[in-house]
Amino acid sequence: MQQHAKGGVAARNTLLALLLASGTAQAGTLTIESWRVDDKTLWETVLIPAFQKKHPGIDVKFSPTAPTEYDSTLNARLSGGTAGDLLACRPFDVSLALYKRGQLEKLDGKAGMDNFPASAKVAWQTDDGKDTFCMPIASVMHGFLYNKKIFRELKLQPPATEEEFFKVLETVKKSGKYAPLALGTADQWEANQVIFTSIGANYWKGEDGRKALIAGKAKFTDPQFIAAWEYEARLGSYLSKGASAQTYGDSQNQFALGKAAIYPSGSWDIAYFKQDPELELGAFNPPVRKAGDKCYISDHTDIGMSVNKKSKNKEDAYKFLAWLGSQEFADIYTNKVTGFFSLSNHLISIKDPLAKQMNGWRASCASTIRLNAQILNRGEPSMENELWNVNAQVLNGKLAPKDAARQIQAGFAKWYKPQQ
Amino acid sequence: MKKAFPWHVLVFLAPALVIYSLFSALPLADTLRLGLYTTDEGGQHHFAGLANYATILFDPQWSQSFWNAMWNNCKFFLIHMLLQNPIGLLLATLFSLKGLKGERSYRTLIFLPTLLSVVIIGFIWQLILSPLWGVGQSLMDGVGIGSHFAPWLGQESTALLTIALISVWQYIGIPMMLIYAALLAVPEEIIEAAHAEGASAMRIFWQIKLPLIWPTLGLVTILTFVANFNAFDLVYSVKGALAGPNYATDILGTFFYRTFFGYQAQLGSPTMGAAVATMMFLVILAGVGVYFFFVQRKLTRYEL
Repeated sequence: MQQHAKGGVAARNTLLALLLASGTAQAGTLTIESWRVDDKTLWETVLIPAFQKKHPGIDVKFSPTAPTEYDSTLNARLSGGTAGDLLACRPFDVSLALYKRGQLEKLDGKAGMDNFPASAKVAWQTDDGKDTFCMPIASVMHGFLYNKKIFRELKLQPPATEEEFFKVLETVKKSGKYAPLALGTADQWEANQVIFTSIGANYWKGEDGRKALIAGKAKFTDPQFIAAWEYEARLGSYLSKGASAQTYGDSQNQFALGKAAIYPSGSWDIAYFKQDPELELGAFNPPVRKAGDKCYISDHTDIGMSVNKKSKNKEDAYKFLAWLGSQEFADIYTNKVTGFFSLSNHLISIKDPLAKQMNGWRASCASTIRLNAQILNRGEPSMENELWNVNAQVLNGKLAPKDAARQIQAGFAKWYKPQQ
Repeated sequence: MKKAFPWHVLVFLAPALVIYSLFSALPLADTLRLGLYTTDEGGQHHFAGLANYATILFDPQWSQSFWNAMWNNCKFFLIHMLLQNPIGLLLATLFSLKGLKGERSYRTLIFLPTLLSVVIIGFIWQLILSPLWGVGQSLMDGVGIGSHFAPWLGQESTALLTIALISVWQYIGIPMMLIYAALLAVPEEIIEAAHAEGASAMRIFWQIKLPLIWPTLGLVTILTFVANFNAFDLVYSVKGALAGPNYATDILGTFFYRTFFGYQAQLGSPTMGAAVATMMFLVILAGVGVYFFFVQRKLTRYEL
């Protein structure tokens, strides 16, 4: 019996070897879909070769789509049956919808999954927490980057409170040489993700405020949310002339060229600015309202990876996934994709000082995710799109904070039972 | 005597008929059908009758977006009608004058943007008009009107007009060429006869040339109408699918795109999208119908 089984295994191994020998074309290439266009080179020159060292013979292709197009493109490809084998997952509802439609594999118990804490998996689980459908990869942290040279020249210190923050902005504005904030509203998303749900966390007390909205105990028209919009409106007067036609790329350039003192952004941009060694970067977390207040940071579970249910190459896809859950990947990813922090349990030393500093905020401030990422984006009108539009208008000075609050709350109450 | 069935007609028609049915009529019919269904959470389609249309027209959230897009589309079309076609006519008339120097080079230069990709056009103009890097402001500074520069693509009041002007700039070559060809086809003898009878150049234009090119102008109008109500690419490449600021540049094309494919966190709905597409189809159908009924029927054919 045992002999027989052994024989079977041997036969299977021979068959496998034969299949492998007959060329990788048989197994097919693993294709990864992602919105991280910026990381393409890194995947191609570092991550994929590192994986292939362990698994020679598995071809992997990284094929990203522009961030704003990613969800819709992926949807179309999944429905059309042309999507890749591995799919980068947005957190929460967008991926959940794909899973509910039966387009993603259930990943509980797969190799590598046990290397992640429960908190990291929440972004990619069903509401009851029973099914996990993406392996967590990394989170990003929001904050302000600043140009140390300009700060030295104008004798400025990174601010800790809002009052100090506005003093700094005022000084830069008065100097007339630099724009205080490198920020525009043409692309709209920064206004929401980088300003409102990042700096606003100090107002609605991070997770408390976010959960209160979900539970129906708080409304967007409550003072803590309106105050965040008022703060945003105040920031609006420190943007460059013509900010309403300034794109995210414009802002990146503006800051990289030393034409602006402060860049409201997040850790994901560190890698981009590090390409220019001349630029001396500093970072500070969103200033608190009054000295001594507890600080909150937007520490957003941003990216995960799942397996396409219709993939023709699942075996290799799982091998790749197992590698994504390894210490090796966590280390490379954290240190090469600077500013993306691995969500795994592995102990990783962050080499980049700025990324390390930002990561250190976790110790002193309370973490929260983007306000509307969970549940709040589910209905119609899409709160994400509404927030983009509304926040861009508040920054442009075209919409009063109170009206912004009213508009978002009205859309929210329209479909969300606990808010009705 | 009974005539033989004209088999050859059928044979010659067949390829076009098959291709047209397969790739144009059939998808269109399927879109019309799909608009009558809804999608549930699991991605399954269920028959829903006219529910999608009721949503688009009567649900405040949808109807507001729909009419906003429709109104913007009308403005987009009007700007083209007021600028693109009259200027195209003017240019074509100029080029058809005899003894004009460098006429060929100008004609080519004006037609050139039409050949470029809309994405490139969008990108170029975004750069030119960029308040941070654009040459727009320095050019205006050069002639002393720099203080009038504004982020035109970023303001609610000017964004749509700016995009429409970019589109006019890009596509002006088409009406120009069509009208030019029509003007060249005006028989020389008539013009000469008019000259001989002492008609002025203006009179020749208004009373002879223009009536003779009415059919072409009608054609240009309907082409502009169809192209404008199907427009999408330029707005998309310049402002993205959210067509900001505050949906000021949202036209039916971008509205359809967001509905069908979804955008960012908003998931697409093929059924709702098909309903929007059907609405677009009906608008264009109505426009073309009006054209055929009121314009095409009344065109006179001049026998020479």
